[in-house]
Amino acid sequence: MSDLKRTPLYDLHVGLGAKMVPFAGYEMPVQYSLGVMKEHLHCRAAAGLFDVSHMGQVILRSEDPKVAKAALERLIPQDVLGLGEDRQRYGFFTNDEGGIEDDLMFANRGDHLFVVVNAACKDADVARMRAALEPEVTVKLLENRALLALQGPKAEAVLAEHHPSLAEMRFMDVATVPIAGAECWVSRSGYTGEDGYEISVPLAAAKDLAQALLAHQDVEAIGLGARDSLRLEAGLCLYGHDIDDTTSPVEGGLTWGIQKTRRLGGDREGGFPGATRILSEMADGVSRKRVGLIPEGRAPMREGTELFASPDAETPVGTVTSGGFGPTIGAPVAMGYVGASFAEIGTALFGEVRGKRLPVSVAKLPFVAAGFKR
Amino acid sequence: MKFTEEHEWLRVEGDEVVVGITAHAAEQLGDVVFIELPDEGTTVSKDDEVVVIESVKAASDILAPLDGEITEVNEALVDEPGKVNDDAEGEAWFFKMKIEDMSALDDMMDEAAYKKYIG
Repeated sequence: MSDLKRTPLYDLHVGLGAKMVPFAGYEMPVQYSLGVMKEHLHCRAAAGLFDVSHMGQVILRSEDPKVAKAALERLIPQDVLGLGEDRQRYGFFTNDEGGIEDDLMFANRGDHLFVVVNAACKDADVARMRAALEPEVTVKLLENRALLALQGPKAEAVLAEHHPSLAEMRFMDVATVPIAGAECWVSRSGYTGEDGYEISVPLAAAKDLAQALLAHQDVEAIGLGARDSLRLEAGLCLYGHDIDDTTSPVEGGLTWGIQKTRRLGGDREGGFPGATRILSEMADGVSRKRVGLIPEGRAPMREGTELFASPDAETPVGTVTSGGFGPTIGAPVAMGYVGASFAEIGTALFGEVRGKRLPVSVAKLPFVAAGFKR
Repeated sequence: MKFTEEHEWLRVEGDEVVVGITAHAAEQLGDVVFIELPDEGTTVSKDDEVVVIESVKAASDILAPLDGEITEVNEALVDEPGKVNDDAEGEAWFFKMKIEDMSALDDMMDEAAYKKYIG
């Protein structure tokens, strides 16, 4: 694994007994000694610490901050200009065909925008932003900061011990706060469905910060395995699986992430790649939709499982894009795309697992209610 | 006990062989969440896929270690697949089988050889 990159917490992971696997060009912990199931349950019950330093942290800056905001609106269907200072929003880069190139978080930090993108897409995202935004906007991929996430119902209490102001933040607030002696950029957000925080920290201080948080009895280190089952139960998309460059945000059930001002009839209607398809789908509907799926038995229905309308139908009506065991649900859960006429909650379908058609029903997302502190 | 390169253990009980997976294999798999067992009475050939085992991470197959007939399966695992992680080499046996040629066991690894095999 010599050509793989390591985060500043690599030695800490290994010391904690992590099983390291290649992920998006990095050696990352898939699980620690607790194991995926216990890590997952611990995060929902107390607090889990995740190393997400492989993700791309990018700063967009222009002399007049409005220029960078308006420029980013040319790449994503979100309202950037209307986002309040020290607030964060979920977004996605779209392509000319209306597919999704990556999903992201962006924050208004007053004189600049702070953007976090997926590890596997970060080089392409930076190239896309440079091509579209330079020279009026500078695009800087930060190589000098790590990113940690502290997630779960006890995250607030744990972090408040380091700085009381952190308890006052609401969901999607952003602040610069010293934690364990380092200047941290903190957002109240995450990707587990739990309340929690994401903390950008200077590389040199990352290990100390992680150790300070792990020293708390309520905090356990959580690997990529549980990160995946947590986000699946929370109904959140994994880029490259549940959404990709062929799925539109409307098919993916992400229209909640397109603010009114960018929609038909809005002040800044359209003006992003793929607007024609995306806006017409919002008006006229789509032929397939992302849905939640609950298999009836105990057999997990994993990515790629084909879905049929009956036990003997020849043509599939959909496919699972993420699936596995949901430790909090205590049963298998999945997400996938189905033809629009099969997308209603409660629709009975059959997933083909090892040659057998097993019953599965379309279910409401998320599987586990979000614990966000709004 | 005897061991296969597929990380199964075999224990002779009278004229039958009890089969399970090793603690090492269970640890590698991670938390087991689903097990599908064969029907009792099924005739199997060596390397047939006889058991499906799924962990939180992935699905894997357990292969028949030898030619023979499945005589009994451990139904308790279907409801409590996690037993495989708790007691892989004891309570969490998968199936018992009658094998045609008991001498085939002689060629399999003993515990010392298996320990060396997994390093």
